Amino acid sequence: MSLLKVSNLGVQFQTNDGVVSAVNGVSFELEKGQTLGIVGESGSGKSQTVLAMMGLLARNGKTSGEALYQGKNLLAMSPAELNRIRGDRLAMIFQDPMTSLNPYLTVERQMTEVLELHKGISRRDAKKRAIELLDAVRIPEAARRINMYPHEFSGGMRQRVMIAMALLCEPEVLIADEPTTALDVTVQAQILTLLKELQRDFGTSIVMITHDLGVVAGLCEKVMVMYGGRAMEYGSADNIFYQPSHPYTIGLLGALPRLDHDGSELVSIPGNPPNMARMPKGCPFSERCTHASSRCADELPALAASSVNPQVLRACHKPADELQQAAQEVAHV
Amino acid sequence: MWSYTFRRVLATIPTLLAVITVCYLLLHLTPGGPFDGERKVSAAVLANLQAKYHLDLPLWQQYLYYIKSLLQGDLGASFRYADWSVNDLVGKALPVSAAIGGGAIVISLFIGVALGIVAALRQNSLIDYFVMLLGNIGGAFPSFVLGPVLVMVFAIGLEWLPAGGWDDFSLRYMVLPIALLVFINISTIGRVMRGSMIEVLGSNFIRTARAKGLPMRTIVLRHALKPALMPVVSVIGPLAISSITAAVVTETVFGLPGLGKLIVNGAANRDYTLVLGLVVLVTVITVVLNLLVDLAYALLDPKIRY
Repeated sequence: MSLLKVSNLGVQFQTNDGVVSAVNGVSFELEKGQTLGIVGESGSGKSQTVLAMMGLLARNGKTSGEALYQGKNLLAMSPAELNRIRGDRLAMIFQDPMTSLNPYLTVERQMTEVLELHKGISRRDAKKRAIELLDAVRIPEAARRINMYPHEFSGGMRQRVMIAMALLCEPEVLIADEPTTALDVTVQAQILTLLKELQRDFGTSIVMITHDLGVVAGLCEKVMVMYGGRAMEYGSADNIFYQPSHPYTIGLLGALPRLDHDGSELVSIPGNPPNMARMPKGCPFSERCTHASSRCADELPALAASSVNPQVLRACHKPADELQQAAQEVAHV
Repeated sequence: MWSYTFRRVLATIPTLLAVITVCYLLLHLTPGGPFDGERKVSAAVLANLQAKYHLDLPLWQQYLYYIKSLLQGDLGASFRYADWSVNDLVGKALPVSAAIGGGAIVISLFIGVALGIVAALRQNSLIDYFVMLLGNIGGAFPSFVLGPVLVMVFAIGLEWLPAGGWDDFSLRYMVLPIALLVFINISTIGRVMRGSMIEVLGSNFIRTARAKGLPMRTIVLRHALKPALMPVVSVIGPLAISSITAAVVTETVFGLPGLGKLIVNGAANRDYTLVLGLVVLVTVITVVLNLLVDLAYALLDPKIRY
């Protein structure tokens, strides 16, 4: 049995303009120690997918489908049941370390409360453990700095604190929602290396939400590419990077700036992501897709095994072999 | 913190001097004097009176006389209440106002914050609408309407409490005026608390707290209360000042011998020393409460250090 098995997950928001579906029928599985990358541009529904699993949707959000953690559906749990799992077995780190820590409480209080709650240990013991974790994420002088407030830390240091806090109970799954987006590039690299090392030491499975394909390449074994609230392509990182078979993935890879191609312009996918309140009837990407046919606008393609490589699931009407030429041009060989 | 407090207290001296000077000039600019009554006094008596209170001297000399006695802690003699010094009058009225206004502020802080939290947690529910309605009633109805309503219900109808008057800090006489002020104040405090609590509960660090698996109770009390209280602290200063020094209507409705009434009577009677003395007092109270508010900020928010 997979550690985490999400099937047909949907997220709907009740808004003044009617019901908006942010996520539609997303499915994925995560094994122990594995890293799954969820990639997509802003508004593709990647964050809402994991927020739904953690029970952190906005008040007007509703879920459908199921997200099984060790066979138990997270989406159907009462808040009390969910509170026993989140923070303990499932932990999450967020995009913006500047605002994700409580500015009114010391780092010590914010860390020890997790252990007091889930492990039932004394604050004194919890503090010792918290200092160990801060050491593990390489915060200098952890024993002294643990008594400080978040504003006394830099952005990168705060994200380290967030990671240490998430790992306190040695969770089985760590969900990282764009953990490096708000940080500058050198700090990003440090944080990613840190996550990789911690995963090795703790054996944690990671769900990594990102719009940075470089992050995915460096960290993930499996990748799900999302667009318009749907999975476009799902497979191993190697397959996605070297043999992309979906026009959207090809577009994303093509938009990566490359150091080895000199003089070339920055490429982008033309157009904008669709309005979630008025989704096209067919493939959500059809309006921007250079390979689209008339069928694409009317009929939603199902996520199915690729004819070229059955290990890869793709949602596209155009046969994968017809896209191999385009894939060759952008693939990172 | 202590040096900050000390500096703030020192900084009140120029403020106080400016307030006194402006007020002094304004009082003397307004037509009429303390002895211009309907009943004419004879010229000789008037001259005597004016000499006694230094009213015959040039204005700047009167002013210096006043400042001199002020420095000695003497607010002067009341022009109107012949046997009373302003110190005595204030000394009698201040404890009454402090007890009523101060009591009301403390009680309304607790009730207002509690109602605000409940309303924020049950946003757009019946209880939320009830709290908001209560708040709007307290805010929209003037106290000269609410006060008599309280009297009608609790004093005349139910006969639980006296309709007014004052009996040496007897609680029975304090309940209704305090209730009226509480009703008015919780409308503001509750509304501000509800708004700031809703805002804080939507912030990223509350999402983090939820992701940690903390129960709602801990999230509200440990994570959200302090930041949500900041705007309440900002409004509590002005509310406390007006509840203590400017509860004129409340004091009139319930016949209380408090500061508000003294100010109105003093101004109506051109009782220069009394008005000025009260202005000095109100200024000092304002400065002290503002200082307390600023110190409360530092207590709540670790980013603020003096």
